[in-house]
Amino acid sequence: MNQRITVNKTSEVLKISEVSTLALRRVSLLIIALSWQSLSWAEKSPPMDHSKMNHMTMNHAEQGEAMNHSKMNHATMNHAEQSGAMDHSKMNHATMNHAEQSGAMDHSDMSMQGGDAPENARDPNAYADGYTLKSMPFYSNSSHNLYSLLVDRLESVTTKGNAAMTYDLQAWVGQTYNRALIRAEGEMQNGLSENARTELLWAHAITPYWDSHLGVRYDSGSGRGRGWLAFGVQGLAPYWLYTEATFYVNEQGRTAFRVELEYDVLITQRLILQPRIEANFYSKNDPAHNLGNGLSNVEAGLRLRYEFCREFAPYVGVEWASTVGNTANYAKANSNTVDETRFVAGIHFWF
Amino acid sequence: MKSVTKQPTLPLLSRRQCLKGLAVLSLSPWIKPVYAKPAEILSGSTFHLTIAETRVNFTGTPRLATTVNGSLPAPTLRWREGDTVTIHVTNQLNETSSIHWHGLILPYQMDGAHGVSFAGIAPNTTFTYRFKVQQSGTYWYHSHSGMQEQTGLYGAIIIEPLKGETIVAERDYVIVLSDWTDEDPMAVLDKLKKQSDYYNFNQLTVLDFVHDIKQDGLKSAVDKRAMWNEMLMNMTDLSDISAYTYCYLLNGNTPETNWTALFNKGERIRLRFINAASQSFFDVRIPNLKMTVVQADGQNIEPVSVDEFRLGAAETYDVIVTPEDDAYTIFAQSMDRTGYARGTLTTRSGLTAAVPALDKAEPLSMMDMMGDMSGGVAVHHAKTEYGASVDMRVDTPRTNLDDAGVGLRNNGRRVLTYADLHTIGGSLDPRPATRDIELHLTGNMERYSWSFDGIEFDDSSPIHFRYGERLRVILVNDTMMTHPIHLHGMWSELETPDGKFQVRKHTFSVQPAQRISFLVTADALGYWAWHCHLFYHMHVGMFRTVVVS
Repeated sequence: MNQRITVNKTSEVLKISEVSTLALRRVSLLIIALSWQSLSWAEKSPPMDHSKMNHMTMNHAEQGEAMNHSKMNHATMNHAEQSGAMDHSKMNHATMNHAEQSGAMDHSDMSMQGGDAPENARDPNAYADGYTLKSMPFYSNSSHNLYSLLVDRLESVTTKGNAAMTYDLQAWVGQTYNRALIRAEGEMQNGLSENARTELLWAHAITPYWDSHLGVRYDSGSGRGRGWLAFGVQGLAPYWLYTEATFYVNEQGRTAFRVELEYDVLITQRLILQPRIEANFYSKNDPAHNLGNGLSNVEAGLRLRYEFCREFAPYVGVEWASTVGNTANYAKANSNTVDETRFVAGIHFWF
Repeated sequence: MKSVTKQPTLPLLSRRQCLKGLAVLSLSPWIKPVYAKPAEILSGSTFHLTIAETRVNFTGTPRLATTVNGSLPAPTLRWREGDTVTIHVTNQLNETSSIHWHGLILPYQMDGAHGVSFAGIAPNTTFTYRFKVQQSGTYWYHSHSGMQEQTGLYGAIIIEPLKGETIVAERDYVIVLSDWTDEDPMAVLDKLKKQSDYYNFNQLTVLDFVHDIKQDGLKSAVDKRAMWNEMLMNMTDLSDISAYTYCYLLNGNTPETNWTALFNKGERIRLRFINAASQSFFDVRIPNLKMTVVQADGQNIEPVSVDEFRLGAAETYDVIVTPEDDAYTIFAQSMDRTGYARGTLTTRSGLTAAVPALDKAEPLSMMDMMGDMSGGVAVHHAKTEYGASVDMRVDTPRTNLDDAGVGLRNNGRRVLTYADLHTIGGSLDPRPATRDIELHLTGNMERYSWSFDGIEFDDSSPIHFRYGERLRVILVNDTMMTHPIHLHGMWSELETPDGKFQVRKHTFSVQPAQRISFLVTADALGYWAWHCHLFYHMHVGMFRTVVVS
């Protein structure tokens, strides 16, 4: 609050910014709640109850209610608590609470996916009678590594009187369940890196649709470089909602949280509209990097791509970007824009 | 009995992608590359087969195929039941090769399963297979190494019965169906691992949604998709690989080069259908001609008259037809309805019949996902089915054998089902099973991982059959795809849902959310392969070693 009072010049501005901040915070908390729910949906599924099948397919009202519930909980948290809740050791706990709280979890009242094996589950090696593959005369392991580079976005960004390039890519090597992953996102302006986040992660499959991530992040660009430890998840939530959610902690005890959601809307087999939203949170004010505590910024975009082949798709789009709270206040103090509309054009490709 | 494998035909050029490059050949008179030839028929008891790379051109672009004696398909081998055959196989590839005699009962050392029953045939060496032929009927052979089956190493085996042929026909043709891609099969697998719906251009779109709303209302349109979307299951996922890359072949011919066989009116023609495709199911029919199915997987069955049948990878059906008109189209559309293989039966070379349009692709149904919700069969999921390797488990599998499968339900034609198959003479072993082995077919489409019990081959343990025992195998398909499961070395005798003998086969297509059971007599000592015959599923781990000791 100190920051806000010193920075804001009129109370009117304060009110407006608070209203928009609140609105944005709601949205972003909803995002968090959603991603947690997806996680718990994937991880936890009580045994199937046939009587609940109808709920499973139809009761969307309950889901909505559940979201409100989680949002309320989050909303009452202060930021310190919020960061605390992001502690790894509490991750599962938090997830499970959400699962218990929400009626929407009736959706996953089926044992058809994920979950824990019951006590009496069958031993898959029971038919081996002591034989092992290694004891087989001609066996040799033939597994090999895969390599991939996915440039999700490589785009020129045009705003009022400004132009920049943005990249967002993932490169990995590994096999089905364990991969070494480089995830990088950044902005270039006049040939210089303005803002870059580069992560080196170990990705490990934890559920059918989710990978856990553990690794490091390095921020570079304007301001001093800074390292973080990173841990999070990446995967698909129900309805094919692509999600990245990562917590970061650095040596000064700062924590941060980043969430990104993407969804592919197939207009035709090759013309695809992709809504995308990304939000960043920080536990403490960071004047050196012009980052305020709490929700720092939100980007929400719509991109329309055409897949000439699966590996290559140019796109155009529009994105609304907004800094929020104290970060917005820093921006205003530096005479930078708080909200902007960006027009983007770029290519999506992989191999 | 007269045998003709291929008649020369005029190429029918069309706008379709699959275009045999005859033009390319004629345009370059000074370069005369050797192209793969059609399959010859080799008969006797001693054979010399040479595996090598030979040029083919199915799409307008020359590619190298893996061939036997320079032909694609490989030569048709004619054996006699009771003979001991000797086959010298020379490998002229740069990599280890092998030939597996699919469906043959023989000593495991002769089975040709590279990495399981022998070490393969090293480059520039010759391996000699020698075994006594103990059965009759239509079978086939293929490579069991690397990607060679996808690149062309497959051929037919015809074994004459010792006591004389009981199926009477004036003409006898082998129909080898297969799928060809100009891509490197490893690149295909790579793409599937990175984007499992890479080849599926039949997904539900916003336009379909709007269409459904108009037709059935918003609620119905949402409900139709809700459960699939919540579970991240794709109801249009009928085949991992489509005609986007595949060109479907009939006896090594594209639909345009139109393989043609001759007959005289009134003759009975025996067609021996073999699905040698790597990753494709074919729905086969001959419009305006009833087919009498007389044999399944080499075993004679009580004749059943049908309009159409689904042929899973590695399955074979022999049918008898008695055509009365001048020309008929043999039409084998892929299960995902993206393409077809085609041939012609005619009284005069050059005549053709109409080629039907592809059926509309039918999405998977709730039965394919949930099985039979009222069913009372117990399932026992393995501990290892609760991890990242398994995207779905079916708790209420269906046991119906009278279902022809997705895309063939209620199409107005009489379609063969497993419930129609009755092996003449019944079971080979009247003993009841002394124990059950339950194995679940599992996978994670998103990660493109395929397994048994959630464990891929490299992390699995062998399955031990005790020598001489009679045992029941229960397969539960926990996935949304149909898997043709093949046990080497021993017959699989399918049971009806109430436990009676149904049919003896070497390969069973297990439909989504289906449970089947079959009895096996473990009378073949040694090491045997047991796997899904969808090539890429096998390759990523839907594979087990069986030890009989």
